[in-house]
Amino acid sequence: MAPVVQFRTAVALAGRFPALAGVDLTLEQGEVVVVVGANGAGKTSLLRACAGLLPVTSGQATVLGVDLTADHTAVRRYVGLLGHAAPLYDELSAAENVRFAVRALGLPAERGEDALQRVGLTGRLRTTPVGRLSAGQRRRAALAALLARRPALWLLDEPHAGLDASSRVLLGRLIGEAVTDGATVLLSSHEPQLSVPLADRVVTMGGGRVTGEEKGGRRATLTAVPTGDADQRGALGSTHVA
Amino acid sequence: MWHDAVLVAGKDLRIEARSRVALWQVVPFAVLVLVLLAFAIGPDQTALKHAAPGIFWVALLFSTVLAIQRSVAVESGEGTRDGLRLSGMDPAGVFLGKAAAVGLQLLALQVVLWAGVTFLFDVRVQVVWLAATACLLATVGLACAGVLYGALSAGLRVRDTLLPLLVLPVLAPVLLAGSKVWQAALSGSVSGGTQWLKILVPFAVIYLVVGVVLYGPLQEAA
Repeated sequence: MAPVVQFRTAVALAGRFPALAGVDLTLEQGEVVVVVGANGAGKTSLLRACAGLLPVTSGQATVLGVDLTADHTAVRRYVGLLGHAAPLYDELSAAENVRFAVRALGLPAERGEDALQRVGLTGRLRTTPVGRLSAGQRRRAALAALLARRPALWLLDEPHAGLDASSRVLLGRLIGEAVTDGATVLLSSHEPQLSVPLADRVVTMGGGRVTGEEKGGRRATLTAVPTGDADQRGALGSTHVA
Repeated sequence: MWHDAVLVAGKDLRIEARSRVALWQVVPFAVLVLVLLAFAIGPDQTALKHAAPGIFWVALLFSTVLAIQRSVAVESGEGTRDGLRLSGMDPAGVFLGKAAAVGLQLLALQVVLWAGVTFLFDVRVQVVWLAATACLLATVGLACAGVLYGALSAGLRVRDTLLPLLVLPVLAPVLLAGSKVWQAALSGSVSGGTQWLKILVPFAVIYLVVGVVLYGPLQEAA
């Protein structure tokens, strides 16, 4: 089976600045790969390039079989990106935002309702304009919009930011379920104690390049964490820091 | 494309219905322009009646800029801008949807302005269909041109101040033709008005077509 993501000396420019300066990276289906690195290392640019938002100008870059150097926009409807800023309209409720994302792809509306339930946005939270929700609740709404799309490739940029302990556990669980369903996850993080336990591999970036790679702690974590109280699982999960 | 247009128009109109920016800011602004220009002209009823068509269209143009700025602002956040690009929607459909939402707001605004001109300047439109046709054609042109130039300025930090500079000169033909059609409609001269409709028709068609074609690339460049 062809890799979900295959970058070979991929270069992407943000203006005149090389945001990616020759990235080599391969992701196989069902993998969870965490990207770590200092600010400006190129983590967000890598995710945006994979999402087809940042054009790859040279090298080879293929995502889900789409050659990004030929047409970087064609891959967009098949990926789900959770960036720093939530793709939400403040005046609309979480339900309306998710419904808009689902209907834009021509998918059945039930997917949105199911996703809202899975992230715990029910009752009044579901119908409150997202501009009035807390940062964590907004993040959950954005996650619901992503979930509803059921993308083949999840691109999560600092997904733990602004989440409380239970939401972080929820995120880990949703990532696990998505991978079980065949999705692939590329996740950037400044918080390795939270992200490394989720990962099959941890890739280090610096200066727009991949500078190192090591194994993550996903399998060890999954086997060590018992089912039960969500907060307890979060606390246990955090003990598996690489 | 049409599915996406309906979806985007519905979303923008729902946002406007919630935020009520059009109701509490754009409409009062338009009425304020009417009143201020009436003050500037003075109490001479003849002069006011003569100037009424021009005042109507100046107020409409200035208010159009506000409506366009609002339409751009809705998508100006990094998250929503990326969200729209990742949504899988046809950019042409997005353009048509945004233009339709702006157009519907402008139509409602014109009803208010029409009533305002009638009340404040004591004018009666003799050929209603002529004036209404000018309004409809102008609405298409204003909305399409506005959304197009809004996309052009969307990614810029100075977009709020740049947009009027970009848009108002472009919309000048609408001001000219709309005023002339309304003058004709007020005086009951159908033939005098229809020749000016010939400017509004290509203006609307050109910006509709150009918007459908160019909105995608502009969205990418923003």
